[in-house]
Amino acid sequence: MPDLIIASVMTMMTAATPLVFAATGELICERSGVLNLGVEGMMLIGAVFGFATAAVTGNAPLGLLMAGVAGLLASLIFATLTLSLLSNQVATGLALTIFGTGLSALVGFDYVGETIDQIAAIHLPVLSDLPVVGRLLFGHDPLVYLSLGLLAAVAWFLSRSRWGMILRAVGDSDVSAHAIGYPVVLIRYAAVAFGGMMAGLGGGYLSLVYTPLWAENMAAGRGWIALALVVFASWRPERVLFGAILFGSITILQLNAQAAGLGIPAAFMSMLPYIATIVVLVLISRDAIKIRLNAPACLGRPFRAER
Amino acid sequence: MKYLVKLVVVMFAAVLSLGAISTASADKLKVGFIYIGPPGDHGWTYAHDQGRLMIDNMLGEHVETTYVEGVPEGPDAERAIAKLAETGHKLIFTTSFGYMEPTLKVAKRFPDVKFEHATGYKQADNVATYSARFYEGRYVQGQIAAKISKSGIIGYIASFPIPEVVRGINAFMLGAQSINPDMKVKVVWAYTWFDPPKEADAAKVLMDQGADIITQHTDSTAALQAAAARGIYAFGQASDMIQFAPDTQLTAILDDWGPYYVKRTVDVLMGTWSSGDTWNGMGPGMVGMAPFTNMPSDIAMMARETAESIRTGAFHPFTGPIYNQAGELVVAAGEVAPDFPMLATMNFYVQGVDDKLPE
Repeated sequence: MPDLIIASVMTMMTAATPLVFAATGELICERSGVLNLGVEGMMLIGAVFGFATAAVTGNAPLGLLMAGVAGLLASLIFATLTLSLLSNQVATGLALTIFGTGLSALVGFDYVGETIDQIAAIHLPVLSDLPVVGRLLFGHDPLVYLSLGLLAAVAWFLSRSRWGMILRAVGDSDVSAHAIGYPVVLIRYAAVAFGGMMAGLGGGYLSLVYTPLWAENMAAGRGWIALALVVFASWRPERVLFGAILFGSITILQLNAQAAGLGIPAAFMSMLPYIATIVVLVLISRDAIKIRLNAPACLGRPFRAER
Repeated sequence: MKYLVKLVVVMFAAVLSLGAISTASADKLKVGFIYIGPPGDHGWTYAHDQGRLMIDNMLGEHVETTYVEGVPEGPDAERAIAKLAETGHKLIFTTSFGYMEPTLKVAKRFPDVKFEHATGYKQADNVATYSARFYEGRYVQGQIAAKISKSGIIGYIASFPIPEVVRGINAFMLGAQSINPDMKVKVVWAYTWFDPPKEADAAKVLMDQGADIITQHTDSTAALQAAAARGIYAFGQASDMIQFAPDTQLTAILDDWGPYYVKRTVDVLMGTWSSGDTWNGMGPGMVGMAPFTNMPSDIAMMARETAESIRTGAFHPFTGPIYNQAGELVVAAGEVAPDFPMLATMNFYVQGVDDKLPE
């Protein structure tokens, strides 16, 4: 039984990791006041370029780097359109997702059925062999630690650093931030780019670690769950982690319940993550003041600098 | 193999005699394929595409083949099939169970087009069905798994609760029980044919619950690779997947559609095509096994012997006594389960499967 629990927790962490990456990136983006609905598309672009790089060079870490770069470049398209050309953020974000789905399928066409060397779980000599905590703390793949590290860095950045405050100021009142003299558009570019890089890394995690292969549309809705997670977390980094693990574990638990022969209809279990999203959204939306306190006030609004 | 050689010879003769006819008609016969996944899945669709390529290689002078990949089962399938029929394809293979109704619907609208639907059970004047007896291979896999497993638990990733999949689970269970009556099979329904991350999740969960052998009825290599990452053994599906997991794959069921596809295409060329149902197994070579690897030689020997006795017809995997989950005798001792209705519409588990069959 303890073995089953440890093993299940390990599996849940791998299911949560792509969500942690993508949601952390989107959180920064939204905190700066930009709503980018293109997460799913950027994840797919990251996944395919990461995989292609790893397949061609045989170097999976390099593939991961490329996944981040590809996600970043994709987000810059979005940034140019919405921040410089002031297009509608919702429509542009949706377009980015559709574009990313198509582009990734096109680029990935020749890589379907290719195989690469997966980035393996780490194994530290003494530590990973400790009973119970050994595997739980020191037995994951390196990207699990990277995602947690980046999340912690983002939490620190937002609450403790000067630039984090400025980013939040830009998201809460772009006009005032501009009046004080901060480069609002430039800061938002940076936030969108960070979000793109993180979505790309999340996609790269899928194609390089989760299942070392490329398949069309392999993000399978994780980008959308990441978007919901940011709202679920009411724009707070520590809650992103909680939410990601919750969503990851529901996915894994439904399969676990099946394998254990509990006789719960699988179709019902498959609905659970989405029901959970709706329930949580309803619960947090009930408290209108709280949501207004947390949500970036300028979210989704275009900003035109006026002198 | 012998069967294949014979078939090839017969077909070449047919094609030669045909040459005279078709040089007169300048247009090539257009043959279309509808695929559920990408040809690069190295599983189900890959095997069908190999069959298509065999048509190209052998009948390329008279035939032109087209395929549409990644067609979801449902309304989209109807559009894709109709599109092929509208663009002059006279023979269309629809290669997934869920294309059954769409195929029949389109067939009604195009009475002069011949349709071939894989793994279905509904025919029409211009719709034939064909399938392979994959369960023969599953029985062999069950025996191998029971010999190798230490935990006594096998993880089985199933796709949809349709007769073909249920038959596979039962055959696997019967094979495992023939070696060790206490073997357990844990089933996870993925409700997809092709979704690599989900297939990998299912494999991980089954391994978490103690399965030390993984077998799958989904199409990608993800489950095999997930097993490889944990250092346990698994089976390939629909084609030889050994290159994805050289130290993991015990064997794989191989689908060999090529000879059937070539034969049916020749039938259309010669005007001798007629509807019907074809259900072939190891005997005629529609089902094969990849080399038995990563196992001791005595187990490989046993597996070869079982496969050989199934191939020659000396043994049938569904030989009684067979009990259902409720403990009722469904096939009497020494009897063989009939194709119709029992095997073709199989909707119950045999005793010992650790799962409740979804409605």
